[in-house]
Amino acid sequence: MSSVLYDAPGPRAKRRNVLFSVIFFLLLALLVWWAWKTLDDKGQLEWALWKPFTQSEAWTTYLLPGLADTLKAAALAMVIALPLGALFGIARLSDHRWVRVSAGAVVEFFRAIPVLLLMLFANEFYARSTDVSTADRPLYAVVTGLVLYNASVLAEVVRAGILALPKGQTEAAYAIGLRKGQTMSSILLPQAVTAMLPAIVSQLVVIVKDTALGGVMIGFTELLNTRSTLAAFYANVIPSFIVVAVIYIILNFILTSFAGWLEKRLRRSKRSTGAVLGKEKVDDINAAEVGGTFGTGAGGSI
Amino acid sequence: MFDFISDYDNPTLLGAFWMTVKLTFFSGIGSLVWGTLLAAMRVSPVPLMRGFGTAYVNIVRNIPLTVIIIFTSLGLADIFGVTMGSKVFETRDFRLAILGLVAYTAAFVCEAIRSGINTVPLGQAEAARAMGLSFSQTLRHIVLPQAFRSVIGPLANVLIALTKNTTVAAAIGVAEAAYLMKEMIENEAQTLLIGAIFAFGFVVLTLPTGLFLGWLSKRLAVKR
Repeated sequence: MSSVLYDAPGPRAKRRNVLFSVIFFLLLALLVWWAWKTLDDKGQLEWALWKPFTQSEAWTTYLLPGLADTLKAAALAMVIALPLGALFGIARLSDHRWVRVSAGAVVEFFRAIPVLLLMLFANEFYARSTDVSTADRPLYAVVTGLVLYNASVLAEVVRAGILALPKGQTEAAYAIGLRKGQTMSSILLPQAVTAMLPAIVSQLVVIVKDTALGGVMIGFTELLNTRSTLAAFYANVIPSFIVVAVIYIILNFILTSFAGWLEKRLRRSKRSTGAVLGKEKVDDINAAEVGGTFGTGAGGSI
Repeated sequence: MFDFISDYDNPTLLGAFWMTVKLTFFSGIGSLVWGTLLAAMRVSPVPLMRGFGTAYVNIVRNIPLTVIIIFTSLGLADIFGVTMGSKVFETRDFRLAILGLVAYTAAFVCEAIRSGINTVPLGQAEAARAMGLSFSQTLRHIVLPQAFRSVIGPLANVLIALTKNTTVAAAIGVAEAAYLMKEMIENEAQTLLIGAIFAFGFVVLTLPTGLFLGWLSKRLAVKR
């Protein structure tokens, strides 16, 4: 693609490219040098601050339990949001206007609200109206917030997945005498779920990133939260930030690659109808397709 | 029923939402500029710039925004001494939050613009090159103007997501909507009412943006 925008470089272009490379490299080097020097001045590069990460204590006491909580909240949120999302997604395709409209209103509402607001509200709601213990409450609140938002995103994914199937599937199902419900549950939904798999895995990245909000704002003991405990103990702000960021990057990179692999595999497979919802699609849906479904476009999380 | 709202004056309800609007506005402009530069780097003929753009986008997209925002305060300000030209904590944290939001959102703006560049037919760039335009001329006069028109929709999505993401600034104490909501909901009895007020506030902020930009993207779309 990039080659369309410029010709194969001739001698002058080559010289210019080298010049730009050198300038850009110098700028980057300057930035890195400044960062390195500041860190050195502040003593953040001392081995004592990095050493904990080579020993088991920092991992078993802080980072791994934090990561476990992050994964637990993400997994719970996905497992609960998926059936809920399927329900709303199907409701939005209903033949009955009032079902369609009310499901649509609920979905658009929860997509328009920041996930943090939902978490704060859930946290307070659990504190006042239920007897969930103080220790469990942050997890409950984080999962509730994530479920409400992601169920509405997944509803759109399910809807898009079903709409992406060839029309012949529905027609064939009606032709052999299946009812609407049967068509949905035994013909459309199984194929749609397969087509949606890459999109669902991509959505996990969004969920994992959003768990960090709960750690800071309502004291859920996930990775970012345990980082601050760790940094307070070892007094290593920068090293701990770098390690935690790397953990997030690796985790999300694995998820993204897995989604990409699934997508490629599904596109190759001969047995499917060829309908696949890929990563690009989930970006669109997360970002609510302005002027799309209800014309509100008030969704979106990145 | 609504009496308690007037008890809060730092910030007031309107002031908190005004802060959300300000965060969105400045971060929106910043990430549009930085994101466009990143996109230009990613399609440029200089390998080092391409590599930097790709690395930046892939790294930043996979880090939670919360980590970035907290880092601007605990890392950039406290350790690196980046105070954004202000010793007053309120101003400093406000600017740091914008910096964090720009750094994060730009990665998504970059990807949106890059996908827009891909929608411009090959013939356009080829014709530009045939006329002897250089890479930056091709990009500035031929490709980007067309690309921008086709990505108003995706960019609007990013803007709406950004509006919602400004709530993360509450994590470093910027007095915007989520910050005030946390304070109110913990101290007042009307949990449901407070939730509804703030939810309504965000619907009011995001709905018109979505409708207007959705209309604009249809109007400006390049007919092909």
